Amino acid sequence: MANILHIVVCAGIVPDPLQTLEPMTGQTGPGLKNEMVLPAVLDPWAASALYEAASLAAKSPGSKLWLVSLGPKAKLQQVMMTVAQKAAFELVPIDGPIGGFPDAHSTAAVLAETIAALPGLDRSKLLLFGGWESATRGAGVTLQLVGERLGITDQFQGVDQIDVRGDGSFEVLERVEGGKHQASICIGTPAVLGWATGSLAEPRNNPQIGMGNMRTIMPALQKAKTVKLEGNGLRYVSVSLPKQQRTTRVVKDLTPDEVAAELVEWIGAE
Amino acid sequence: METILVLTHTDETGSALSKASLEAVIAGKDLAVRLSAPFIIGIVAADAAAAASSLASTGARLLAVSGEAFAQARYATDAAAIEAICHAANASIVLVPGTSRFTRVAAGVAHRLGGFIDTHVTALGSTETIEVTRWFYRQRIEAVLTRDARPWFLVLDAGTHTAFAGESGAVQVEQVVVQLPDIRTIVSGLRAPATGAQTIRPDAKMLLVAGAGWTKKQPDGQIHATEAGELILGFLRATSASLGSSKSLVDQGGEGEPVLPFLTHMNQIGQTGSTPRHAKGLSTCCHGEEPHVVGWRFIGDRRAISLDPNCGWTRGKADVVYIADAFQVIAKVNELLDAKKA
Repeated sequence: MANILHIVVCAGIVPDPLQTLEPMTGQTGPGLKNEMVLPAVLDPWAASALYEAASLAAKSPGSKLWLVSLGPKAKLQQVMMTVAQKAAFELVPIDGPIGGFPDAHSTAAVLAETIAALPGLDRSKLLLFGGWESATRGAGVTLQLVGERLGITDQFQGVDQIDVRGDGSFEVLERVEGGKHQASICIGTPAVLGWATGSLAEPRNNPQIGMGNMRTIMPALQKAKTVKLEGNGLRYVSVSLPKQQRTTRVVKDLTPDEVAAELVEWIGAE
Repeated sequence: METILVLTHTDETGSALSKASLEAVIAGKDLAVRLSAPFIIGIVAADAAAAASSLASTGARLLAVSGEAFAQARYATDAAAIEAICHAANASIVLVPGTSRFTRVAAGVAHRLGGFIDTHVTALGSTETIEVTRWFYRQRIEAVLTRDARPWFLVLDAGTHTAFAGESGAVQVEQVVVQLPDIRTIVSGLRAPATGAQTIRPDAKMLLVAGAGWTKKQPDGQIHATEAGELILGFLRATSASLGSSKSLVDQGGEGEPVLPFLTHMNQIGQTGSTPRHAKGLSTCCHGEEPHVVGWRFIGDRRAISLDPNCGWTRGKADVVYIADAFQVIAKVNELLDAKKA
């Protein structure tokens, strides 16, 4: 018999990686210049988690997939127009601040409270997914903190693969040092999985899935609760762009042999 | 007054401390001296005796959690071990090595203790308060931050401090008793990706970055992916370098384009990959932002081989850019290095 899974994916939205980012300090602390007008995408590692979750849910009939996302409502709506065509899910939007500078502990508290209150969620069947780090704060702690708040003590980070077995147990491959994976077998849900890249390619846009999702996404966005994140005593002394600009020597007039000789000398130099 | 606790664990041998742990020891020792603070080291290992003796010259108070359950890196047992050590140490500042083992659990333990955590710390400053430096937006923005709340867990990026090395000697280790949690996960071992050659070497002096240009059409109008693979592997063999890749090259496998069979997503550097630390970096056939801006943030001496003299991403990021054909250059480099060895 197939295992019924309740998969909750936590995914933030981040500036499109191709955008130039410039920090600035406002009344509420540091942020990005023109942050609200920068094109946004679903956080890349969290997106891997979403695609893996959708694939897993499709293989486990009766399973359910929620996408919990914290960000300004207008930006969430913009990002969901694309994401909604990739995988079927129920969006749980939380209207709140964007960006990497708010405290991760506050973010985790809001996410945990929201997940705990999800109607129909059976926490004994819960797989809590997300990216192992975000492309904003990049701390890799939010998912762990949410897991702790929900009392989940089987946690895996840097996950590239999950293989759910017939008896409900599952094998997980986590990235460890030296380009290797640690393989673990967990006896079953609940568990936290912070995803790295996974093994699935980004799904093609599917307008049918998109239309199905949008029927619930728009009302969910309208009802999204608004939250304020506590600072928890976190203070920024400075926020700046890196200053190291190198003086690049462009070598155009050497033959491949000459370049090779120079490189060999450089490689051997201490 | 602050109390500094450094958490450590053994490496795959089970008896020596991991390199990142030894780096954290140095960071903690320095901080304790600067703040005139008590200095404690906690060890998690199946048997902590050998690891503890290697710390004899630190002069630190040593706490250890030992037992077969702690031989494996697993959330439930590691979190319980660290939590017990933290309770025993009652420290206000907890320095954690940025290993996969401890980054998996540090935030959870900080929460259990009512504390706070900041990770990927690259520098620790202390004047009147402790200030830490870390990066945001995938190494694009640098920030210095501080907190008043305690305990404050700080996870140090590996490679940001020198590793502690001292004479081994007799030490007194306080064993901390841990109430074992319900163990639902069994670690079955480590696996290398099924791609043949092991190309990721975090301790290598040099990083070779391979870009998508290796699998594009060459001047003869043909794709030479097999030759590219042989050249790259030859370079890695000759230099013991680690291999990084751009996202576009790794992604090609999923898009049906020619691939280098030994590359996986774990080789990827940049926005959705790693930001490795090596003394030198050589970028080849890369024409994007990823390797030069994001992935190379912590590479010391950077050179690039590119056919594009106007590549904007190398300017100001690499120290030297050679406008040349990487196929020809790397072939000759391999030849010269092989001759040198012979």
